[in-house]
Amino acid sequence: MPHRSLKPDAPVGDRVVTTTCYMCACRCGIRVHLKDGRVRYIDGNPAHPVNRGAICAKGAAGPRQHDSPARLRKPLLRTGPRGAGEFREIEWSEALALAAKWLGDIRKRNPDELAFFTGRDQSQALTGWWAQQFGTVNYAAHGGFCSVNMAAAGMYTLGGSFWEFGEPDWEHTKYLLLWGVAEDHDSNPIKLGLGKLKARGAKIVAINPVRTGYAAIADEWVPIRPGTDGLLIGALLHELLRHDRIDLDYLVRYTNAHWLVIRAPGSADDGLFARDAEGHPLCAARDASLSPDAVGEEGGAREPVASALRWRLERADAVGIAPVIVGEYALPDGRTAVPAFQLLAQRFLAPEYAPQAVAERCGVPAATIRRLAQELAKVAFEQAISLPQHWTDAWGREHADMLGRPVAMHAMRGIGAHANGFHTCRMLHLLQMLLGAIDTPGSFRYQPPYPKAVPPANRPGRARRDDGALDANPLGYVHAPADLLVDADGRPRRIDKAFSWEHPLAAHGMLQTVIRNAWAGDPYRIDTLFLFMANMGWNSAMNTAETRRMLADRDPATGRYRIPHIIYVDAYGSETVDYADLVLPDTTYLERHDGMSLLDRPISDADGAADAIRVPVVAPDRDVRPFQDVLLELGARLRLPGMADADGAPVYRDYADYLQRHQRAPGVGLLAGWRGADGTAHGVGAPNPRQLEAYAAHDCHWRLPVPAAGRYYKMANRDYLEWARALGFVGSAAPIVLELYSETLQRFRLSAQGHGAVRPPARQRARVERYFDPLPFWYDDIEADGSSAERGGERGHAEWPPSALGAPSPARGGRDEKAYPLHAISQRPMFMYHAWGSHNVWLRQIAARNCLYLHPATAAEHGVADGDWVWLVSPQARIRVQARLHAGTAPGVLWTWNAIGKGKGAWRLAADAPESRDGFLLNHLIGELLPPRDGARYANADPVTGQAAWYDLRVRLERDAAPEVPGHRIERATGSAA
Amino acid sequence: MTALPPPPPKKLGLVIDLDTCVGCHACAVACKSWNDGGAFGPLPDADPLGAAPDGVWFNRVHTYEVTGLGTAGAASEQRKADDGGRPEIPTAATAHSRVPPALTIHFPRSCLHCETPACVPVCPTGASYKRAEDGIVLVDADKCIGCQLCAWACPYGAREFSAARGVMQKCTLCVDRIYDDSLAPQDRQPACVAACPTRARHFGDLGDPHSEVSKLVAERGGFAPLQELGYAPVNRYLPPRPHRDDGAHAAAETAEAPLDGEALPPLLRWLDRLLSR
Repeated sequence: MPHRSLKPDAPVGDRVVTTTCYMCACRCGIRVHLKDGRVRYIDGNPAHPVNRGAICAKGAAGPRQHDSPARLRKPLLRTGPRGAGEFREIEWSEALALAAKWLGDIRKRNPDELAFFTGRDQSQALTGWWAQQFGTVNYAAHGGFCSVNMAAAGMYTLGGSFWEFGEPDWEHTKYLLLWGVAEDHDSNPIKLGLGKLKARGAKIVAINPVRTGYAAIADEWVPIRPGTDGLLIGALLHELLRHDRIDLDYLVRYTNAHWLVIRAPGSADDGLFARDAEGHPLCAARDASLSPDAVGEEGGAREPVASALRWRLERADAVGIAPVIVGEYALPDGRTAVPAFQLLAQRFLAPEYAPQAVAERCGVPAATIRRLAQELAKVAFEQAISLPQHWTDAWGREHADMLGRPVAMHAMRGIGAHANGFHTCRMLHLLQMLLGAIDTPGSFRYQPPYPKAVPPANRPGRARRDDGALDANPLGYVHAPADLLVDADGRPRRIDKAFSWEHPLAAHGMLQTVIRNAWAGDPYRIDTLFLFMANMGWNSAMNTAETRRMLADRDPATGRYRIPHIIYVDAYGSETVDYADLVLPDTTYLERHDGMSLLDRPISDADGAADAIRVPVVAPDRDVRPFQDVLLELGARLRLPGMADADGAPVYRDYADYLQRHQRAPGVGLLAGWRGADGTAHGVGAPNPRQLEAYAAHDCHWRLPVPAAGRYYKMANRDYLEWARALGFVGSAAPIVLELYSETLQRFRLSAQGHGAVRPPARQRARVERYFDPLPFWYDDIEADGSSAERGGERGHAEWPPSALGAPSPARGGRDEKAYPLHAISQRPMFMYHAWGSHNVWLRQIAARNCLYLHPATAAEHGVADGDWVWLVSPQARIRVQARLHAGTAPGVLWTWNAIGKGKGAWRLAADAPESRDGFLLNHLIGELLPPRDGARYANADPVTGQAAWYDLRVRLERDAAPEVPGHRIERATGSAA
Repeated sequence: MTALPPPPPKKLGLVIDLDTCVGCHACAVACKSWNDGGAFGPLPDADPLGAAPDGVWFNRVHTYEVTGLGTAGAASEQRKADDGGRPEIPTAATAHSRVPPALTIHFPRSCLHCETPACVPVCPTGASYKRAEDGIVLVDADKCIGCQLCAWACPYGAREFSAARGVMQKCTLCVDRIYDDSLAPQDRQPACVAACPTRARHFGDLGDPHSEVSKLVAERGGFAPLQELGYAPVNRYLPPRPHRDDGAHAAAETAEAPLDGEALPPLLRWLDRLLSR
């Protein structure tokens, strides 16, 4: 009885346009199928290198994001008080004139009075350049809130990192460790990779307090206590060292393990590398030409002194030598030095990193830690692989094959969003180094344009040129204290205090501190807060309720808002809109051009450099404009250098024009494909007026494969490095040395010890000295880390390398762990991206509210039953939430899905929508500042990078008198910091 | 009453790998997206911005916790832990490992296209039917009166009633894709299969013992849920593979005489190592 009407071969639609997804930051290729001019459906593009046809729940829900009722429709000017949501619609001419007036006045007065912060912005190559041309140092995207520990630790250690910088070798790895990986990053490439590993029978281990998503299909789940990942990694290092299961040849070839570290306590070069007259680092190497007596010259040498070792100093970067990695060696000036490896070994062989010493604190049995170390070593060394691929190393030596250590790691913000995250992430890279598992077959692999120099050459802009522009992009990599943005007294020059002594390596800025600092006038007041797609009035804020009060707070003396102007740009009516004075509505991702540039966050994979664009698939049906176009037009109105010509005419018609014609350096533009007047050049070449057409004809992406001989050992592979140099990815084809020992960090420590021209203010010296340790170490979350300031001084060199751990006593530290005994963290559902999903009428049917999940044992300890409404209490506030039992949660840990909880009335959701009625944010409980110490308050952030430490949250659970009565509430703690 | 056809020569269906499914809901939304605008759409949504958003989905993913199955490394090790004579005292942080950790199973649920479906014979109008050529079970909305007898009959909860349309809706195995010659061959598969990021979903002819899907089922012990009810589902689920958590092997590995770090000066052993750069 078949259908009369069924036509199984009816055409799907009348047109297909390929473009790039923007339902999260993954940037998959999509096909948008149109019917009668409307978006009929969206699927994955099988020809795209990122997703190969796969599409996730978010991507497939794109049609409902595109026509979401929450879309803004026209520019808005605030008419009521901030926060009330009272606006009138205005024309673009009025909106742009107003913005240009505010910004123009600022630029004449002091460009730093503009704080320009963007959210999950995929056009930072434009927004950062715009800020630079405007001349403000106060620019950043959301990395300080998200992932800067992961990024900076990688860039300061191996010139790359995970996710957009590198990936596991999905084709060859036999053992994958997933550390704290959130389920939204990296979306489809990880899922595709996990599928391959599963099909091949590789082992997957998930180290995570919560077993959901990727962890659910892992072979082994290691429920770890939040914030102790560094301890577990340290214990793995301990075990590998103790059992001598280390790739020593890899270490001396590709890392600075053998470089000699000067030991001259109190002197200005203590802890720096010993160098020859030309500045080349030195090592000790075996020398058959010397007699054994040569050893005797090292008068005070302690262990280990081998009876028969004959050695001499060599350039550490020389080849054909046999470096020594332990011992104490005399330098020509009579001082002594030790190989960096020895310092590493001493630190991690110490009993405090032994498995049995860390087991209780990590919540991981010592036997498990030992076994994991054995498994890692067994796979790396006994199941090593070899690819028959000829290659030439950076020193010109040829190799017939590529040795692989098929152990791969992937990590995300789970291990990073702690105040100890930078050192934890660095430690993870050291673990990979000891296993010889960085960019080898089967291990972690770099994605071009990475690896870069360690650290990358670009420093943050500091000075203004005559035309008012900054001398460099406001974000960059600080190499030494002289690169910091501090004034003569050592005070922060940025509103967010990034690149100050408080957070010197804050490479992504510190978005999470901006509102508070601007409100408090600390370090100074600003005029305009200009936010793009950053929901800083809700889920992109700590202490959210208080942050909203700050946005609407007036100076009692003048009656004016403490933050005088707020401009907000977004496509949707988020919670932050209500706090803006001027709202500029953006398009959806199907209505504009975008560029995913190699200068910013490209879509490369380990086997190819790639970038991508978006093209307008449909025209907007509202009075909205692409933000990038608006930014360029504002730039022209303000006559910013590079955006207006001498007559004040716009240099660029729109963003599409900018993508094609803008050159960052001669021949270098935002897009690397089809350059040159005829479109035949790749990487470097003159602008091509038909470049976007070429992209559109190639599914909106460009990809250039890495030469076969350059696929691995990229940091020291001539075939790769020459290729990368030709494309402008690296300045030279010199090998990139992996930094097991960080001389950069030591320079900051020396400045804290009183050396050099730029030194921290007295009250910050102990903090800088402690946290700028050239070798990674673990410390408790910083609020509880009572030892932080007090102990730094006493350490000095008496105990060098310093012992890292304090005694695990609940009484120590500035915080009462008994009052707040539980950890509370958030996880990211795979079907939503941060705040972006809840207004999508398909995605919110999957989950319209979140609950608090906890282990049945934890619930039982607190007398909580499944479904009870309970109170979560922190020093900041208390929130009423519904508890659900979940055995896949580590005891002592509470968690929830991130950003499903919404503010009432936002996103066009009904007033009784579960998102606001029952759903919640943990953010209300998280303080943006640490408690006062020594008369100062630091950001609740990593002391090295400024990464928001929101996974350090500690809470207690209290029963409610009527646990069956539903309803979420937020109550601010009395006397909590304002 | 609606009659079933003779056993069809082809048994098209899905094979879903529960070992690989991460519960991302990609299949569910891809299905919704395809079908909402397709031959069997729309798939209406009720109260889309309100207190109880719900709509028609041909495919939903459920997540279950399974406790008490098997052992896991951490758990078994905790019981036999030997930490140098130091007894492991269970604490709040380690108490969990005395209990086998939970398994989390993601279970995508859609029509199983049974060989003898309960839903078809109960249909009073012939709207529900099983195709003679490939075994796909469909609903002809033009004939459906919305009585919902089929939903009552189906033990798998695979049917979705659309109040807005007054008809029953369900998975069509993307019959409007798989035979569409205007699509590229790789696209002639159900939307859920094309979308699946972990490639946990497979489509093919389960009536052909030599098909890729039949081979997968044979290799992996694919099963049909509630087989005992006798409706002979065509779709198969592949069970979770034994996890390689190796807790059981830990003792053996520990016994393989690791270097005794205590017996050597901790650093001296590396001094005599001949390394090359």
